[in-house]
Amino acid sequence: MTALRGAAAIVGVADAVSPTGELEGSVAGLEAAMVAEALADAGLSIRDVDGVASAVGSGFAPSIELAESLGITPRWTDSTSIGGSSFESHVEHAAAAIALGMCDVAVTVYAATPRSSRRRGTGGFRSRAGNAGGPMAEWELPFGMRMPMGAYALAVSRHMADFGTTSEQLAQIAVSTREWALANPRAYHHGSGPISVADVLGSDVQASPLRKLDCCLVTDGAGAVVLTSAERARDLRKPPVLVLGAATSHDHSIISQMPDLTRTAGAVSGPAAFDLAGVGPDDVDVLELYDSFTITVLLALEDLGFCAKGEGGAFVVDGRLGPGGELPANTNGGGLSYTHPGMYGMFLLVEAARQLRGEGGDRQVGRRGGRGSGPPEVAVAHGVGGVLSSTSTVVLGTGS
Amino acid sequence: MSEPGERLAPPVTEVSQPFWDATEEQRFLFPWCGSCEQPFWHPRPFCPRDLSTDIEWRQASGTGVVHAASVMPKPAHPGMAGREPYVVAIVELDEGVRLMSNVVGGDPWSVAVGDRLHLAWEPLADGRHLYVFERD
Repeated sequence: MTALRGAAAIVGVADAVSPTGELEGSVAGLEAAMVAEALADAGLSIRDVDGVASAVGSGFAPSIELAESLGITPRWTDSTSIGGSSFESHVEHAAAAIALGMCDVAVTVYAATPRSSRRRGTGGFRSRAGNAGGPMAEWELPFGMRMPMGAYALAVSRHMADFGTTSEQLAQIAVSTREWALANPRAYHHGSGPISVADVLGSDVQASPLRKLDCCLVTDGAGAVVLTSAERARDLRKPPVLVLGAATSHDHSIISQMPDLTRTAGAVSGPAAFDLAGVGPDDVDVLELYDSFTITVLLALEDLGFCAKGEGGAFVVDGRLGPGGELPANTNGGGLSYTHPGMYGMFLLVEAARQLRGEGGDRQVGRRGGRGSGPPEVAVAHGVGGVLSSTSTVVLGTGS
Repeated sequence: MSEPGERLAPPVTEVSQPFWDATEEQRFLFPWCGSCEQPFWHPRPFCPRDLSTDIEWRQASGTGVVHAASVMPKPAHPGMAGREPYVVAIVELDEGVRLMSNVVGGDPWSVAVGDRLHLAWEPLADGRHLYVFERD
């Protein structure tokens, strides 16, 4: 065991979504609201915060902007920006800083309004293709790959060729995730009804073989996570969610440089996080996996060791990931059916913490398999950023 | 469907200038590391395996295989308008490097991993050519 294991805890969480997919207010206002809500959840105040992390700002240094906005002079700061997995990496870094006494209370926050901004014509998703510089502009952009779905589609293409994975198998991931959304009144697709494999296969091709229902939502969304030491956590409002292990990796920036289209850096960050935590895939009661696309989930299941490489398709087909399944995954409805503002990793952490606290309501899961009753004890939040580029795996537990 | 428009002209950097110059004559060069005796992609002034700066340009065979492919039913940008549906592929050249390109000609939906490919060229407005691939 290491000094990291169980030294720090998530003690406050918050997230904001809406039935329309749109949120009111400015990004900075949403960030401040999320920080305030997550601190209240913990029973802490803004005066307790001495560490800040942010992945997105309007200028050059996100955590500097955030700290100014919140009126904080931190003694620990983190602007790590590695795409959708940024927030898992913030938790990793914050837990290490707390373990070493470099800060006491750290907060990471995220807010984005792509849906409402696009409707209002005030920005929204800028065309990433049009704004790309560097090697992407020279060696990929001319060939017209739709971003980001085209990059993920290339990984699907290779996975199908190497392992016989089918569109039907991938569709099952979207089907199971939708079932979770039906149990979550806050999910964007809560009222949309179930979908079938045939529905997924019948939806429009976005970048073959990926179809519309293989792809995540585009919504506004915001969230925050507060961490402190396990010792201080014992006296706070909510049961501590211990950081048992965490690790981050990346192996390419642009998809044509990915060393193996069927193996992500999760094959590095996953085992490293499990090693620090002293647990393995069999110990995980609830799994929150970045689902930008169905393939993102399938690759993570393999790379984190829930099944062997190439067996992800067969692994997901019998509803294993859905409500009542053997391995509950993306229990809030995921990026596919809950919310996805562009960098979904924040919501993985929030949902993992809520499940471990027993706050899941109708979607609350229990201990996995035959390990008795009661709330889950171990959760994993696994972020994926860029075009399968970065991964950050956080293993969380109740400590029981 | 309207006639396809002009291809998007990629930016040229100091490093890649020799590559793009050679495309005017429809020659495909790749950077070759004199230290590890292998080509690499994309061009940079050092080898991404060993950081050697002993780099020279060599002409590629221009043949390869589809490593992965995806059909775009809608154009990603105006430079591809009128070409949809079109195939974006990761191509593995016979010398071992992988790069992104398009597979042109024939039914895009029938392009499959493992299909044999050879270089083709599409003109750019500035006299350069863009490297694309056709199936054998």
